[in-house]
Amino acid sequence: MTTAERPGPALQPEMGFFTDTSICIGCKACEVACKEWNRIPVDDMGLTGMSYDNTQGLGGSTWRHVAFVEQPLPGRTPGDGHGGHEHGHGHDEHGHGGHGSHGSGGHGGPGADLGHGGDGRVVAAGELGGGQTATTGDGGSRLRWLMASDVCKHCSRAGCLDVCPTGALFRTEFGSVVVQQDVCNGCGYCVSACPYGVIDQRPGDGRVFKCTLCYDRLGDGMEPACAKACPTRSIQFGPLEELRARARERVGELHRAGVGEARLYGEDTEDGVGGDHAFFLLLDEPEVYGLPPDPVVPTRDLPDMWRHAGLAALTLLAGVTAAFALGRGETRRAPRTAARRGAAQAVRRAARAGKRGMGR
Amino acid sequence: MVPKGEFRSYYGMPVLNQPTWKAADIAGYLFMGGLAGASSALAAGAELTGRPALARPAKITALGAISLSAAALIHDLGRPERFANMLRVFKPTSPMSMGSWLLAAYGPLAGLGAVTDVTGLFPRAGRAASCGAGVLGSLVTTYTAVLICDTAVPSWHEGYRQMPFVFAGSAASAAGGLGMIAAPPAQAGPARRAAVLGAALELGAVERMRRSMGLAAEPYGAGRAGRLLRAATALSVAGAAGAAVLARRSRTAAILSGAALLASSACTRFAVFHAGVASARDPKYTVVPQRERLEARAKEPGAHRAPDPARVTAPG
Repeated sequence: MTTAERPGPALQPEMGFFTDTSICIGCKACEVACKEWNRIPVDDMGLTGMSYDNTQGLGGSTWRHVAFVEQPLPGRTPGDGHGGHEHGHGHDEHGHGGHGSHGSGGHGGPGADLGHGGDGRVVAAGELGGGQTATTGDGGSRLRWLMASDVCKHCSRAGCLDVCPTGALFRTEFGSVVVQQDVCNGCGYCVSACPYGVIDQRPGDGRVFKCTLCYDRLGDGMEPACAKACPTRSIQFGPLEELRARARERVGELHRAGVGEARLYGEDTEDGVGGDHAFFLLLDEPEVYGLPPDPVVPTRDLPDMWRHAGLAALTLLAGVTAAFALGRGETRRAPRTAARRGAAQAVRRAARAGKRGMGR
Repeated sequence: MVPKGEFRSYYGMPVLNQPTWKAADIAGYLFMGGLAGASSALAAGAELTGRPALARPAKITALGAISLSAAALIHDLGRPERFANMLRVFKPTSPMSMGSWLLAAYGPLAGLGAVTDVTGLFPRAGRAASCGAGVLGSLVTTYTAVLICDTAVPSWHEGYRQMPFVFAGSAASAAGGLGMIAAPPAQAGPARRAAVLGAALELGAVERMRRSMGLAAEPYGAGRAGRLLRAATALSVAGAAGAAVLARRSRTAAILSGAALLASSACTRFAVFHAGVASARDPKYTVVPQRERLEARAKEPGAHRAPDPARVTAPG
């Protein structure tokens, strides 16, 4: 195979992440490896009460984020395997409150929290996935932990890239989306254009930052730091097509094993962002992990937006023209030259045309 | 219309990252950019119909407002010293890039129009510049709607069909209001009519937008955005009534009505800004409409593409 036979770009396949959350153990090695390799400054070190998640979400200084979801599974007897198909139960679907009570021990029923360090008994992790399960102290209600390492999706149709006014964001030869830090002027447009809430401004710096898919490592033939550090291969890096095939296989395997809630997220090239270069195997609805259920790149509607803005601009001009045309009888002080008269007539003609247009 | 509050989220955390834009800078720019653009259109008309006492303040307003706009935009940048990078590329997929080029063309024209009017130098060039600024001003007024709607922020994006008309109306009423304040009533007729037409367009477009955007309309009726929008409506109605009935005879009434319309326009822009911020902060506005979209799609066999978001309404 020579470059004469195949065009250059075809030699470099699109690369990406497949994050299989069914085997994530929540160790956060990915978060740490990412911080260290990319020399990202420290975040706020406070405790959130959101299970073991004190990172909270992706941002300018957090390019990998491990989510911890605690889901009570009421009405189940201990030890019957994985979480089953019951969604929509559980305490406080909105998520406020009900947390931060670790160590107090649960008391059964919906709303019970996990009793760390009390008499709560941690039962075996799901054999093939299904998250980690545990019972509360009285064994009455069961609880599931879902862990997932989130990252920039490197969308095939990337909102951040589309709206960037300086060209600081660009698409690499690997298909990833990267910010050129020497160009970014911190306008913040990409922050609001990202349907996933990934890219963000770094306080004190002013510029925006996000995952680069370790562009520097890829250039040297290495895999990204997070994938390298992941001890369970929950984070897999490779050519996108290979990863998609592997992911479909894995979902089939989980379904056959009874983990019916396993589903892929972001692998569909027909979705609102043209498919993600970082996609996931999830064990519940995306919003449970803080992911949008049906993200759409905002620029999908941009041609229609410009059309409406153009119509509105014409409406404004027609309205102003009408405002002058309606006052033809008014007295004015300024003397009118022949040139002005001619122009005024042109305006009146335009006003009449404009009014006819608005009437439709 | 209030949807059931049942949806799931990650500890109630927002799905989206919050807009980094500062209200004073960006909502202020939406107001001042609109005021400048519509003032230029008004100035061009006044110039061509022999109303110099209206043309001059409108031109000066346009120059002043667009200068403040540029300052606000640069101030809002995380790296203000790199503002010139805005003209590094010409990028039609980025409304901010297109807006930067538009302002780069419009600003000097508005400046030339105002300076030639005040100094009396180069009247022909000044007239041409004023007419050019008038035409480009209409785009300066409405492109800002595309700027904020081309985001993932629910209460901005879902209003993209009506937002340019909201902004056009708001800008016309502001520019008309300023004309009523600055020009003698004998020459301010077009300003009064522009103010009334603009206020009517703004009120109508806001109403239509709120009816068509489903759950994302909710932030426009609640909290700070709701208070601002109610104030904007009251000021708009009062100002337009004053402009239509009293401003012709009484200079005092003209000034008060004009001030009310300017305040109304500013309130509208800040209301839109804060509604968007509120919708980005609550995961409900991201999750619920998307979940409904998925469910609607699941019911339609064969329909794979995302349906038109405007057709998906909240459950009632």
